[in-house]
Amino acid sequence: MRNVTVARACDMPTVSVKRELLFQALGRRYTDEEFDELCFQFGLELDEITSEKDIISKEQGGGKAEGASDIILYKIDVPANRYDLLCLEGLVRGLQVFKERIKAPRYKRIMPANGGVQRLIITEETAQVRPHAVAAVLRNITFSKDRYDSFIDLQEKLHQNICRKRALVAIGTHDLDTISGPFTYTARPPSEIRFKPLNQSKEYTASEIMDLYRTDSQLKHYLHIIENKPLYPVIYDSNGVVLSMPPIINGNHTKITLNTRNVFVECTATDITKAKIVLDILVTMFSEYCEKQFTVEAAEVTYHNGRTCIYPELAYRREKVKPDLINKKIGISEKPSSLAKLLTRMCLKSHVTGSGNNIEIEIPPTRADIIHACDIIEDAAIAYGYNNIQMTIPKTYTIANQFPLNKLTELLRQDLAAAGFTEALTFALCSQEDIADKLGVDISSTKAVHIANPKTAEFQVARTSLLPGLLKTIAANRKMPLPLKLFEISDIVIKDSTKDVGARNQRNLCAIYYNKNPGFEVIHGLLDRVMQLLAVPPSKASGYLIRAAEDSAFFPGRCAEIFAKGQSIGKLGVFHPDVITKFELTMPCSALEINIEPFL
Amino acid sequence: MATDGPALAELLLQRLERAGGGGLGSLEAAAALGLEHQHVTVPVLHSSPVCSPQVIEAEQRSSKRWELTPEGKEIVQEGSHEARVFDSIPAEGLPQSELMKLPSGKVGFSKAMSNKWVRLDKNADGGPRVFRAVESVQDSVREKLQLVQQGEAESLEEKDRNELKKRKLLMEVIIKTYWIRKGSAFSTTVTKQETDLTPEMLASGSWRDLKFKAYNFEALGIMPESGHLHPLLKVRTQFRQIFLEMGFTEMPTNNFIESSFWNFDALFQPQQHPARDQHDTFFLQDPAEATDFPMDYLKRVKKIHSQGGYGSQGYKYDWKLEEARKNILRTHTTAVSARMLYRLAQQKFTPAKYFSIDRVFRNETLDATHLAEFHQIEGVVADYGLTLGDLMGTLREFFTKLGISQLRFKPAYNPYTEPSMEVFSYHRGLQKWVEVGNSGIFRPEMLLPMGLPEGVSVIAWGLSLERPTMIKYGINNIRELVGHKVNLQMVYDGPLCRLDS
Repeated sequence: MRNVTVARACDMPTVSVKRELLFQALGRRYTDEEFDELCFQFGLELDEITSEKDIISKEQGGGKAEGASDIILYKIDVPANRYDLLCLEGLVRGLQVFKERIKAPRYKRIMPANGGVQRLIITEETAQVRPHAVAAVLRNITFSKDRYDSFIDLQEKLHQNICRKRALVAIGTHDLDTISGPFTYTARPPSEIRFKPLNQSKEYTASEIMDLYRTDSQLKHYLHIIENKPLYPVIYDSNGVVLSMPPIINGNHTKITLNTRNVFVECTATDITKAKIVLDILVTMFSEYCEKQFTVEAAEVTYHNGRTCIYPELAYRREKVKPDLINKKIGISEKPSSLAKLLTRMCLKSHVTGSGNNIEIEIPPTRADIIHACDIIEDAAIAYGYNNIQMTIPKTYTIANQFPLNKLTELLRQDLAAAGFTEALTFALCSQEDIADKLGVDISSTKAVHIANPKTAEFQVARTSLLPGLLKTIAANRKMPLPLKLFEISDIVIKDSTKDVGARNQRNLCAIYYNKNPGFEVIHGLLDRVMQLLAVPPSKASGYLIRAAEDSAFFPGRCAEIFAKGQSIGKLGVFHPDVITKFELTMPCSALEINIEPFL
Repeated sequence: MATDGPALAELLLQRLERAGGGGLGSLEAAAALGLEHQHVTVPVLHSSPVCSPQVIEAEQRSSKRWELTPEGKEIVQEGSHEARVFDSIPAEGLPQSELMKLPSGKVGFSKAMSNKWVRLDKNADGGPRVFRAVESVQDSVREKLQLVQQGEAESLEEKDRNELKKRKLLMEVIIKTYWIRKGSAFSTTVTKQETDLTPEMLASGSWRDLKFKAYNFEALGIMPESGHLHPLLKVRTQFRQIFLEMGFTEMPTNNFIESSFWNFDALFQPQQHPARDQHDTFFLQDPAEATDFPMDYLKRVKKIHSQGGYGSQGYKYDWKLEEARKNILRTHTTAVSARMLYRLAQQKFTPAKYFSIDRVFRNETLDATHLAEFHQIEGVVADYGLTLGDLMGTLREFFTKLGISQLRFKPAYNPYTEPSMEVFSYHRGLQKWVEVGNSGIFRPEMLLPMGLPEGVSVIAWGLSLERPTMIKYGINNIRELVGHKVNLQMVYDGPLCRLDS
């Protein structure tokens, strides 16, 4: 389960809607508590009740918020796969159908009456940079300021989520009355592309545009998608007017205004499936404002090999699911007709077929998240109400077993604490310096696993020893009364080519003694105690022994290697003064680290 | 004068006996006994072994008293400066220059002049000369100061006291005094009190006749020297215990390095999913790729992603082996659950209940509640015919053991569970519903390619170990709990972990 800590903004898209507008569209008012409850049942989360003024004053301080709107906004968290709920229009439609106040609209693709379908031709050059495109027309649409804002906002939400920050799909919307088809989607060298970008006052070449947006807080994030390609994608109309240079920016020429009546929508993509979904979502949401409500004018897309497709697909798919299966998976016993009704409330128009042993469900083009019967079953459960389901305890009979390594670890922890040592819990990730330079060894000799994309030096490698973590714990607690006696039993990670992933964990026991005297005898005594606990006697033949050794982390002549079960299991010794200094400590210090896996 | 402690104390006790039930003041007692005040307060303050609180009770009071300054004391002895000047002038007078050389000359001359005790002849032969102006003088300053020394400062007029204070001859001091009364075990004789029992007393039986000094039960004892377990791991132990009580077997999660295949692909998490982004997940540079996969299974995973199957539409994208090969630090222990379920599918099916509590890693922006690594708690049940009601019932039992009884469930989205539900519990402190876990039924697209039988459902839930621990112990910053910046005092002082109380 990924979002087990606290849900992060990246996990769940947040939609901001004006409360008044929402209640107006829902045709009734709710108290904040009532609306919160409705969200909860439907799987949404009313995350915050705020206003533009609040947001600005929180982010930039009270002074800057002067004059900003104090219209109440609801910030609503939407599940990451419900692209149909990413705007006010979709939210209202979903909730109204859920509350059975309206029926789900039926979306229709229509061919223009005069046969003059808009055409988009894809040339061969696009294959290397962004090979797919889909298109559609919203005919006779009426925008208002709020509708227009919502239209722009939905594109942004889609870009951030399903479009993977425009890498997979980029949307361009244009005033169709400013251009004339057929349109050509091609790719050209950046020096040959020249146009006036959206909201700019003069023309730039594509290379200049890239420079122009290098510092733009929004657009700079998309430049990398095409920057190093020899050819940049570009869409022209039949007169050579640039519609857009996807996925970066539209041309200013085709800019949509509140007066725009006819919108040409194009989506260019590296993933055709997602492009079709994005187009379907955008046109189904805003066809509500077309003269012929919920109809979308088709556009024709022709690939260079002559293959022609008509978009938007707006496909309705039919699935059959047995009522018995739905009941069994949820743990309820509803009549087939009730189940069909529940599903219909989730925008999945359903009816019972045959002698009642099947439910036929129609998956609308807005519900691309429904890919399996289990998705349909979930919707039935949501409409039934999760909290109305009878809780039961499965009859599954099993015998519990502990993982032997953890069982040994738990037992040893108890007795190490009983021996007067305090348990530390340190990070598995650390810097190269921690496990190499500071211990006087070269990083290449550590068998450490290296992280490719650490944000800071703290996450360069997985630890190969528990010593640095304990030394750092002491450094952070130098003000505590002496002596400090710490231990940790946890995993280190080392490369191992015999494993499928090329690395493995090893469970180590580490203890450290920090005082005005080195206390080798204390640490040595702890080793003797641990061996006593493990029932390993001090003996050369079958028990354990320590033998003088050299290790750069330890003071010469004050280090010994520990042997048990016929193998070297670790070392103990007094730290080298260089190590003590590098970990910002001021007292002598001794330590012990062994691998406990041989004692299983 | 009696000076040894017991004798002094007995004098005080006798005085107190005479004073009766009302008690007496330490200052007055000292004056009456002709002792310094401090000699009286020593037994009162219990610093002497002779008087316990049972013998005398003392109540602290403070009082103001006028005392002479060193200069004032000198004046009591020698007379005021002006009187000394007067006395030093012979009948024939004294040259002013000589008079000024006397110790009291400067101060005394001007005072004697203003008292009109002396006169100055500026035109005398050999320079200005001072003569007595009166026959005799009354040294009232000295007399007033003598009164103060005798403890009768109150008999002076306030004006006079202030004048003398201004001349730095008097000062007002605050002294701590005690009002002493008889205690419950009052006696005029002092017995030596023993501190504690000794082996000799036990051997001789002398303890029968001895009095023992009272213990101060207000003070704290001495903490035993001991080691301590880490609070988070104490909570881990309790969670482990709960799972074992519920019959769950512990999964081997000792593999922090995982391939993207087991961490994501096996869970039907598409390769373009944001969780697989560089910003969210730690990828490995070395060893960068996993080399060994169960190939038949991998082919089925590829097919379900790219084409669908088992009743699923799939995601219809170009699934790439190189993406699946990429090694990462596991982002959830569910990667191990996937390995365990795959292993379970390779034999004749038997129901299974698994759990794990171990570290997971996220390449996230760090703040007070998020670290790059944390512990994930996970429970999994695999059996024929498990329902959503079974998941909720199992969660209810689990959370009841944590002391959480009020639960409700919210529809949610996870890439590899469907249905999915977030678990909320009512937090009395915060007075609202807070998310305590995430759960669901694993998707068929995950289970069927593994080879699990069609009718088998797998329910699962997860939560973090840190969050309930922080709530339990009232910790706001996760760094105070996990990692080397931990406050060891917090570890030393930590209580037992009893989740249900």
